[in-house]
Amino acid sequence: MSRAQHTARAAVGEPGAVRLVLILLALGWLALVILLPLFAVFAQAFARGWSTYRDTIAQPDTLAAIRLTLIVAAIAVPVNTVFGIVMAWTIAKHDFRGKDFFVSLIDLPFSVSPVVAGLCFVLLFGRNGWFGSWLSAHDIQVVFAVPGIVLATLFVTFPFVARELIPLMTAQGRDEEEAALTLGANGWQTFWHVTLPNIRWGLLYGMLLTNARAMGEFGAVSVISGHIRGQTNTMPLQVEVLYNEYNFTGAFAVASLLAGLALVTLVVKTALEWRHREQLAGAGH
Amino acid sequence: MTISIENVSKTFDTQSALNGVSLAIEDGAFVALLGPSGSGKTTLLRIIAGLAAADGGRILFGGEDVTERPVQKRGIGFVFQQYALFRHMTVAQNIAFGLTVMKGKDKPDRAARDRRVQELLELVRLPGLEKRFPAQLSGGQRQRVALARALARNPSILLLDEPFGALDAKVRKELRIALREIHDRVGLTSIFVTHDREEAFALADKVAILNLGKIEQFAPPQEIESAPASDFVRDFVS
Repeated sequence: MSRAQHTARAAVGEPGAVRLVLILLALGWLALVILLPLFAVFAQAFARGWSTYRDTIAQPDTLAAIRLTLIVAAIAVPVNTVFGIVMAWTIAKHDFRGKDFFVSLIDLPFSVSPVVAGLCFVLLFGRNGWFGSWLSAHDIQVVFAVPGIVLATLFVTFPFVARELIPLMTAQGRDEEEAALTLGANGWQTFWHVTLPNIRWGLLYGMLLTNARAMGEFGAVSVISGHIRGQTNTMPLQVEVLYNEYNFTGAFAVASLLAGLALVTLVVKTALEWRHREQLAGAGH
Repeated sequence: MTISIENVSKTFDTQSALNGVSLAIEDGAFVALLGPSGSGKTTLLRIIAGLAAADGGRILFGGEDVTERPVQKRGIGFVFQQYALFRHMTVAQNIAFGLTVMKGKDKPDRAARDRRVQELLELVRLPGLEKRFPAQLSGGQRQRVALARALARNPSILLLDEPFGALDAKVRKELRIALREIHDRVGLTSIFVTHDREEAFALADKVAILNLGKIEQFAPPQEIESAPASDFVRDFVS
């Protein structure tokens, strides 16, 4: 142990017993609040065996929900990746009036309740909404249809990539991009060869969080989807539907898929943090 | 190549950074822009490079107006204060960058690029380091790589922003000599920004002294010492 660490510990100076109690308390709380529910999900899902689990997942409505969730994520992740990069680039590499306001605006989807977000889209695109008559005149359905679900998901997952990249890009500054320009690179070459490689791990991390949220979002999607079975139910909504029908095995089977996704996200995230901690350090995670 | 700066001005918000600056720099000259911080010297260098736009005035290279020409097409080499090496690329990739981004038939093939990298590494006295990453180099080595990279496309003008600012005294002296040699050998016209009087006088053929966005004097070092043009110059160089 280095001298600095030693001094630090001495300065904090709890007796061994107190430390032990604190550690046990923390672990116990973690087990109760996080591990136990997680275990319960999987235990309940597999309570009637593997074949029941498989049959439950294979039901057409559930399969449709899985398909819809994958489609929504497949749209939301790339779109918010591109816009996240554009936002972060604009904010980190340029100075303009109202920048602070702009940055807080990006956080809005985090601070507003997802239900409110869903309602906003209903108000805008619903039958009696602002664009409702125009949309129905052109036979375009947004609310209670896939476009609405995609919009709501785009809204709630909007900040992840931008939030991840802004501190990273700010810390890296403009020097390397300017150097590339003086060496004859055009804007696209500069982005592709210099900017993107410098942010790649932070970007991947942001995309991962976007994906997790896009697949797991309940509130906003619930308001706008209309819960049409086999058509506008995503996985989280399907869990609710099955649960309300007392189909616990089914509900927990779908829930276990979502929980599995969360675990995979967590593992990849931890691996990323471990391998690229220096680069991610600037991002404040 | 001659560089003419004609009545260049630049304003940031309400503060004026450059106030009608004019300089005529001869072909092959080695010029220092010397001044205290906030005198506008870095702004002037960035305007010459095309990294910043002037609000008024003209820049001419070899008699040709380049004021509206983008930085990529000005044919300059630029060395940044903190080197700005591409951290995810090796030394060789850094140096070859200017060649790899060339388009079409101008772009040298792989073998020609490798040859050029070797040539430049020898020029800056760093042979054998091509596979290293910038993080694995000392400050002086990074500066040499930055110099090699800036020279890869054979610019006729080399611009350097506080090139020795972050280095210790011994490395700084070595690099000064190296830079002067390279300047003479390659036949460059060079401008460097510094706030260090001794450095400017030791290295440059002519020194431009800036204060509050204006040129106080533009003359060879001996002349500035023997006949300072203003009280500011007298105070600053003594």
